[in-house]
Amino acid sequence: MATIYSEQTPPAAQASQTDDRAGEDTAHSLRQHLALPTWLPWLGGRVLSGLATAFVISVLVFAATQALPSDPARVILGPDATEDSIRILQHQLGLDQPILVQYARWAGRALTGEFGVSLDSNVPAGQIVADRFANSAALMVVVLVLAVPIAFFGGVVLAIRRDSRVDTWTMNGIILFKALPGFVLAIGLILLLSTTVFPILPAVSLIDPSTSPFLQPVYLVLPALTLILTVAPFLLRLVRSAMIETLEADYVAAARLRGIPERRVVWHHAVPNALVPVIQGIALISRMLLGGALIVEVVFSYPGIGNALNAAIELRDVPVIQAITLTMAVGVVLINLLADVATVLVTPKLRTSSRPRLRAGTRAKLKLKAGGV
Amino acid sequence: MTSTLSRLRGDPQARLGFAFAGTVLVAALLGPLAAPQSPLGLVGPTYGLPGAGTLLGYDYLGRDVWSRLLHGGRSVLWMSFAASVIALAIGAVIGIAAGLSKRWVDHAVVWGTDVLLAFPDLILVLLVVSMLGREPWLIVLTVAVSFVPGVIRLARGVTLGVVSQEYVEAAKLMGYPWWRIVLLEILPNISTPLLVHLGIMLTWAIGMLSGLSFLGYGVAPPAADWGLMINENRAGLMIQPWAVLAPVAMIGFFALGTNLLAESVSRAGSRIAVRKGVKSRARTLMRGNKRRLREQQARETRS
Repeated sequence: MATIYSEQTPPAAQASQTDDRAGEDTAHSLRQHLALPTWLPWLGGRVLSGLATAFVISVLVFAATQALPSDPARVILGPDATEDSIRILQHQLGLDQPILVQYARWAGRALTGEFGVSLDSNVPAGQIVADRFANSAALMVVVLVLAVPIAFFGGVVLAIRRDSRVDTWTMNGIILFKALPGFVLAIGLILLLSTTVFPILPAVSLIDPSTSPFLQPVYLVLPALTLILTVAPFLLRLVRSAMIETLEADYVAAARLRGIPERRVVWHHAVPNALVPVIQGIALISRMLLGGALIVEVVFSYPGIGNALNAAIELRDVPVIQAITLTMAVGVVLINLLADVATVLVTPKLRTSSRPRLRAGTRAKLKLKAGGV
Repeated sequence: MTSTLSRLRGDPQARLGFAFAGTVLVAALLGPLAAPQSPLGLVGPTYGLPGAGTLLGYDYLGRDVWSRLLHGGRSVLWMSFAASVIALAIGAVIGIAAGLSKRWVDHAVVWGTDVLLAFPDLILVLLVVSMLGREPWLIVLTVAVSFVPGVIRLARGVTLGVVSQEYVEAAKLMGYPWWRIVLLEILPNISTPLLVHLGIMLTWAIGMLSGLSFLGYGVAPPAADWGLMINENRAGLMIQPWAVLAPVAMIGFFALGTNLLAESVSRAGSRIAVRKGVKSRARTLMRGNKRRLREQQARETRS
């Protein structure tokens, strides 16, 4: 056995030669790409379907706010307004027109980022979203930048050491973080790191709105840590199962039989083929972050988009609710689109076919596999 | 099914999960009978610490935390069970129908699930709750609706796998009505993945509903509820941590227990063999490399 698997280090000259050839190959394929990217029609179709999804979502958001039993004109003018003034305001707001016309007007304004004025603070709702979105995006970036590499390398290492003691203990520990709801984790961390045991971090994120949240990292630590602990286990399990599946494949065995060093087999042969679930998993994570960040933001009073949504719901501030939910849902559609494009680009079989067929429900299946939110 | 059960009994993870979830379940169901005081009575000092006559101290209004803890579990329990069962029922019906029906109906259903899956679950629930009100049954329904797309996808997938089997073809050829084929041929054969998914959904529902009641949706304030208790007493975390820690622990143990159970059930259901003592091929290889290195070093030192 040992002789079959013995490492064969190629001479240096040979290595540089293959590198040259590889460079030529990429240049060639690049030229081909510029001339005729075969997946371009697919991209067009995918963008159209994304747009259709966004349209249905906007209808849903609009319909949900129409279900509100109270009349906005009455809410604005207060209980002791005359019928005449209410009717005039209804006319001014366009509330007396057919519902389709109302939707068209609303959607047209929403496309330009104008959702009307917040009923609570008289600031344009789009403005509120833009202000708060930067903070939430900062949090998301920190979480993704830290969680994705940790989960990726952790998953690959655990897949290589499958069923070893490290693997079983890590997987058992990970269930703990996967199981606990976000706010339970958050309060646990507050108890541990900001009140009783090690009082070193602030429990409330009092971010100065005039500067970037990146310049005030103390306030980012606890929310980011909570989100990383909820999100990284999920991704790690995905990476691990994808890697295990790939490592069992025949071409990996073939690569080993050819005497290719194990490190090269793992990182050059197996990892690129395990990338698809990882990319889709990152898309799922971003969706989880958009929703899950809400509770974490509320716990830490982090001035993000989720906290703004919670406050708007308390006050029934319809324009702000519409603006935030629409932004989030369209953000998810965009993330899914990017993930699908990335999937096609990293999979040669899909990249070179004229009608790439992403298997339907890849994301839904992955969600089930990794145990969901 | 019996083999699955016996395998579950032997799985330490399933036992641990059963112990956790079972304890919390019993505490929540029988707790109100054992509570020493009324969950609403103002019986002690605000944020009073645990001492004589009170196990966990008093909360922000001076109510007994232990009694409230024993009273506060039922809502999360029934809501999460109801939400996942409703989601399973609706999703299974639509999913099976989509799997059996014509191509364009199938496509429409799949596309519809895509649209719903683009909404983050919690945002969808909050949108509906904020517009229609925060009655418990409405929240249960909305949470169920947010779970339905996943069930539809699953039910459709497994139905497609079963429909092409010979025994379904045979039943069709024998002229059985469609409802008989669905009930007696298809449903029994897709029930295992659906029931496994029910367990997984239950864990999601617990996380989501406790989160919602923490945010203040669900049970109205004077009543006792774990999520609500956490939120109410959060301001006094430094003075009386037990008022927060106790409900957090209950939710945590329940979520952990159901997760452990659901995982071992789904593992038993999918019949993944636990490879005890067998190392993966990669691992074996690494061992081989290390051994070779060791031998080489030994040879070098000898020579």
